[in-house]
Amino acid sequence: MLNEIAFLLLASLTLAGAVAAMMLRNLVHCALCAAGAFAGLAALYLQLNAEFAGFAQLLVYVGAVAILIVFTILLTRGAEIQPGGTTASPSWWMGVPVGALVAACLVGSIMSSPSLLRLPSQNVQAPVKSIGEQLMTQYIMPLEAIGLLLTAALLGAVVIAMREPPKSEPAAR
Amino acid sequence: MESVIKYLWLMPTAPLVAAGIGALLPRRQRLLSAALAIGAISFSFVLACAAFLATLNSGRAVSNFRWFDFGSTSVQLGWLLDPLGAVMAVMVALVSLLIFVYSLGYMAKDENFTRFFCFLALFAAAMLGLIIANSLLLFFICWELVGLASYLLIGFWFQKPSAAAAAKKAFIVTRIGDLGFLVGMLWLYDRSGTLLFYDGGHGCLERAVAGGMSSATMITLMIFCGAVGKSGQLPLHVWLPDAMEGPTPVSALIHAATMVAAGVFLIARVYPLMTPDTLQVVTWVGAVTAVFAASIAVAQSDIKRILAYSTVSQLGYMMMGLGAGGVAVGMFHLTTHAFFKALLFLGAGSVIHGCHEEQDIRKMGGLRRRMPVTFAAYAVGMMALCGVPLFFSGFWSKDAILDAAQHWSVSQAPFYLGLIGAFLTAFYMTRQICYVFFGKPANREAEHAHESPPVMTVPLIILAALAVVAGFFGTPAWPWFQSYLQGGRAEFDLSKLVEGNQSQVMLLSAGLVAAAIVLSGWIYGRVASRPARDMDPLEAAQPALFACLRRKFFVDEFYDATFVRLTAAFANFSDWLDRDVWGGLVRTVSWLVLAVARFNRGVDESVVNDGFDAGTETVRDSGKWVSRLQNGQVQRYLRVIGLAFCGLLILLLWGAQ
Amino acid sequence: MTTPLANYLILAALLFAVGLAGALTRRNAVLVLIGLELMFNAANLNFIAFWRFNPHPEKLMGLMFVLFSIAIGAAEAALGLALVIAIYRHRRTAQVDQFDSLKG
Repeated sequence: MLNEIAFLLLASLTLAGAVAAMMLRNLVHCALCAAGAFAGLAALYLQLNAEFAGFAQLLVYVGAVAILIVFTILLTRGAEIQPGGTTASPSWWMGVPVGALVAACLVGSIMSSPSLLRLPSQNVQAPVKSIGEQLMTQYIMPLEAIGLLLTAALLGAVVIAMREPPKSEPAAR
Repeated sequence: MESVIKYLWLMPTAPLVAAGIGALLPRRQRLLSAALAIGAISFSFVLACAAFLATLNSGRAVSNFRWFDFGSTSVQLGWLLDPLGAVMAVMVALVSLLIFVYSLGYMAKDENFTRFFCFLALFAAAMLGLIIANSLLLFFICWELVGLASYLLIGFWFQKPSAAAAAKKAFIVTRIGDLGFLVGMLWLYDRSGTLLFYDGGHGCLERAVAGGMSSATMITLMIFCGAVGKSGQLPLHVWLPDAMEGPTPVSALIHAATMVAAGVFLIARVYPLMTPDTLQVVTWVGAVTAVFAASIAVAQSDIKRILAYSTVSQLGYMMMGLGAGGVAVGMFHLTTHAFFKALLFLGAGSVIHGCHEEQDIRKMGGLRRRMPVTFAAYAVGMMALCGVPLFFSGFWSKDAILDAAQHWSVSQAPFYLGLIGAFLTAFYMTRQICYVFFGKPANREAEHAHESPPVMTVPLIILAALAVVAGFFGTPAWPWFQSYLQGGRAEFDLSKLVEGNQSQVMLLSAGLVAAAIVLSGWIYGRVASRPARDMDPLEAAQPALFACLRRKFFVDEFYDATFVRLTAAFANFSDWLDRDVWGGLVRTVSWLVLAVARFNRGVDESVVNDGFDAGTETVRDSGKWVSRLQNGQVQRYLRVIGLAFCGLLILLLWGAQ
Repeated sequence: MTTPLANYLILAALLFAVGLAGALTRRNAVLVLIGLELMFNAANLNFIAFWRFNPHPEKLMGLMFVLFSIAIGAAEAALGLALVIAIYRHRRTAQVDQFDSLKG
């Protein structure tokens, strides 16, 4: 009972945050609502006994990605008034039905899936110790790969976003 | 015999080589061309004499060789040396030699002298080849070559339209006869399997022809057709008078002595094949021709035409002799006729030459005093032709024929026809002599006529001598000629002269001849003395008959109206067929092809080109249209991905159900 | 745990759809990226939910996947935003409908 109420609350919070993130005019508001949605999701993870994932979500998404988004909005003058334009792209009226269609398809496939009959497992435990063990044994390769990826992403992002030196200006474009 | 037969092929080859070289000589090499021809014919004459001597003891030698193979059989040709061929060869070579020498003088002023001797040599080669041929095929080849030489020589002055037409006529008419000859030859080959005359027992003359009497009759009748054409018998005689368009030596050589005798020689050669039925036909044709031609000759006024019709008539006699009396009788008259007819023609040539190319006898006269040698020789020839008794060869040979005709078992009509012919012959010859040599000259040319040079008169004298002497070889008192040809011994026995009804026939013919000469001399002797001779006495007496005779019984006109017109119509029809029908077909086909080509081009231009252009346009436009999908808007791409995802999901979920 | 699996899955589907609709609809590039992140998170939720209802949860497969997914998502967000900044520098605009120089 409690569980269901909690779920409903968290779900509506997350969904509301997501819708708001997509519909608000002010970009910073959008960013903050997105952060709220991320937080709601983190709570859902906690409810699902995936504590480590939930806290990782909070740390990474709410703590880093949302802030990154805000920085980008500020750097690209997104907070200012758009000069004479709407928020939506010219073909917004086609995007919503597509989303609706996708939702319908997915929901339809979920409802007709046999996995609905699954029962939740008892006594689910995901201690950090076992996560660490798994990381170091079974998932060592992805771990190293992730490390490489993150290094590359870091370097790439810096290079892309860096202000170009003056001497290569004529070669630009 | 053996050595002669080995070299016998040289006899026709020498003149042939002379002709070949002569054909390549330029026009100014006159002497060389004449020398080649005369030298070659002399060589052939010597060889002929050698052959003659070799055959004196009778017998026969052959030398056959293979020409080509086809399938399992081969075509063989060969040379034959026997009495018949040897005596003919000697006669032909001698007469040819004399005429060649005569031509040196006669054609001296002609600019185509070189060509003349080349053709003469070609003729001599072909004639000699024909005589010694042992195969009917080789005989036919030489026969055609002789015809070719005749065509070339008749039309020697081809710029004259009448000469060109006469040459064409001669060739075409003899061709008609040759068609029969060819059919007969092929038939004979089919029946007997070989065309060699004598082949050690296998020759076509040595065995009976398969198929018996009836096929032999047909074969020999077909072969006789060739003789009819070549020897100018009725109905194919029409070319001989027109052939007088050629130079006089040509008329003498070819159309008196040798080529026209080839027909008679052919019959003599294939005599073993002749059946009694064919011989009947031969005799009748000969008899009718003899009288027919003689009657036409009475009304002619061209000196050479008279002699031409006389030749036709005498050939008829020869045929009659062959048919009724056999090879020896016919060949004897052929030999004597060759000499005196050649003499007459050469004499006529001398007269024409002396009267400056005048050929109408009504414009001549009194040449007896102005051209004595010619007159003497001509008189000898005339008497030989008429058959004046005892000293002249024509008497003995013609008498042999009349004798054989009288003894013919089938009918006496040829005998009477022969007698009528003899009368007419004497009549027209006397008429001719009166007009030409007696009386007063009719015009200035005749007045100033001069005797011909020795190169022309010497052959005349030689021939005159031969015309007298040759007769003595075949009299009944000493029938050497007959025994030479037939085997057996000839004995000199004067009593044979007065034996049986042979003497009756002789007296009868002599009487007829005398009567004719007297009658003709009486009619024309007075006419010849008048300066203005505008009408022939016979013409005055019987104008219609005379006109009919003069117009040669309208035979030429008849042929013209029927055969010639038919052929021309057929030719026109063929031309129409070729031009309009086949030509039209071809044109239609080409039009169709062109239409197809134009259609193709149209298709190519409009369908293919435009289609291609339209295709490429479509591709380009569709490319342009498709490229609009990529408008650079990322959100559109994402939208499409979303739609595709939905579609895939639906497909998987509900397609699987 | 009494909430059935279907709830979580439906929530994830709706979240995904919202993220997609937003990505397709909004003009600003940053908002498109936010939509992208939402879609990512929806997928992560799906994974966690399935892990939870798995008969063998000690395998930790779903959880591991989500961890790595979070890391990758963060890296991708960083890069995407760096790209937006770079484009902004050149084009002076952050509107996606004006980034169409790759059109055919």
